[in-house]
Amino acid sequence: MTASHSPAQSHSHASHHVTPVRQLLAVFGALVGLTILTVILGQLNLGSWEIAVTMTIATIKAALVALFFMHLRYDSGFNAMVFGFSLLFVALFIGLTMIDAEQYQPDVVPPKPMNEAAVEPKERASPE
Amino acid sequence: MSESATVSHSSEGGEDRFLAHHFGSAQQQFDAGKLGMWLFLVTEVLFFSGLFCAYAVYRSLHPEAFADADRFLDVSLGAANTIVLLFSSLTMAWAVRAAQLGQNELLKWLLTITLACASLFLGVKAVEYAHKWEIGVLWAGSFQPLEHSDQHGVALLWFCVPAVVTLFGLGIAWTVAWTIKARILAYWILLLLASNAAFFIGVGAGKAIPAVEHAILGSIGQEQSHDEHHGETPAPVAAAYEFEGMIVPTTDSAETKQVYTGVFFSIYYVMTGLHAVHILAGMGVIAWILWRTLKHHFGPNYYGPVDYVGLYWHLVDLVWIFLFPLLYLIG
Repeated sequence: MTASHSPAQSHSHASHHVTPVRQLLAVFGALVGLTILTVILGQLNLGSWEIAVTMTIATIKAALVALFFMHLRYDSGFNAMVFGFSLLFVALFIGLTMIDAEQYQPDVVPPKPMNEAAVEPKERASPE
Repeated sequence: MSESATVSHSSEGGEDRFLAHHFGSAQQQFDAGKLGMWLFLVTEVLFFSGLFCAYAVYRSLHPEAFADADRFLDVSLGAANTIVLLFSSLTMAWAVRAAQLGQNELLKWLLTITLACASLFLGVKAVEYAHKWEIGVLWAGSFQPLEHSDQHGVALLWFCVPAVVTLFGLGIAWTVAWTIKARILAYWILLLLASNAAFFIGVGAGKAIPAVEHAILGSIGQEQSHDEHHGETPAPVAAAYEFEGMIVPTTDSAETKQVYTGVFFSIYYVMTGLHAVHILAGMGVIAWILWRTLKHHFGPNYYGPVDYVGLYWHLVDLVWIFLFPLLYLIG
């Protein structure tokens, strides 16, 4: 369904991709399926694999949203590159901070110095 | 996205009417707007990643305390909210398609449904927050979990106050608009009223889902399902050691663990709270786009604003896609 183009317009809009409804619904279905999968896996005890598996599924969901709902698959690559750079900086941000955190953990003063005796049960006060 | 009129070539809702003078063509305006929105989304990603970083650091250093927090979080409600938000992303992406194809009526309904989903999400959130408030599951320093709540639903009423006020305000606004025969304005307010009422559907779902789950699972699933009466009293502390003149407990003694569970909830409240603020802002912007839709601003030649608002909304969904497993599915 195209409107008539005025003479002053110099670009056609043929390059603007219109997402088919089937594709929208298929992506939505995949997202729901992955959500169910991640909830089920969350109930199991995967030990050290827990966070890797969870993050992988979340990343796949995010990729589906970014590529199809946010149209990155059909846009010029520039927008995708801009977004990709943000992810790179997030990786640097969290990665370098984690290295630092591990390094200085022994020096961190714990929240409450405690005696060697058993802790006394705290009085249950109402929230401040 | 500027509405300033140029030397207009046509009076229809085509791109000439909304082509700002500093752009050479509609295509350029569209591309510039899109890049602008993507740059803003980059700042949003880094904004949230600060909080994700805090989460990562504290989780890696105190995993047991974080796992302990899991008993206060209802996975079903989190999952329901995830589905709601994913659905709202679908309707928003579909709305962009409708705008591209000039399907104004469909666009109007899809935007309204997106708004309703957002309200529903906030309704479920209100139930979660109110419940935590009542049993003392608050941020660090105020984290004093009770085994039973003695207030029975009072907090939820307080959390519903903003929604009730909004509905009343919209009702009054609608009456005024209808009286002065501002038809489009009245219709717009009516759509906002309907979508905001979905907040209470969310509240209903937030109360119903755990109740149904409890009825189905019964005593079998009690350890897995969220049980507000299942509190744990701290065990006596293990031996401590001395470090540079201070007595330091072994990691994850009961009281230390409780402090770090409080930290988890500090992070939880800031992350979900900030996300909720973004939902509110998104609702405002979508309401604005809905208004412009009723004024027939959008069509195949001009749909940029719908596209950009859609991008923002998808980012809000993206953040939640990561928040949900990290907060609700640990432990």
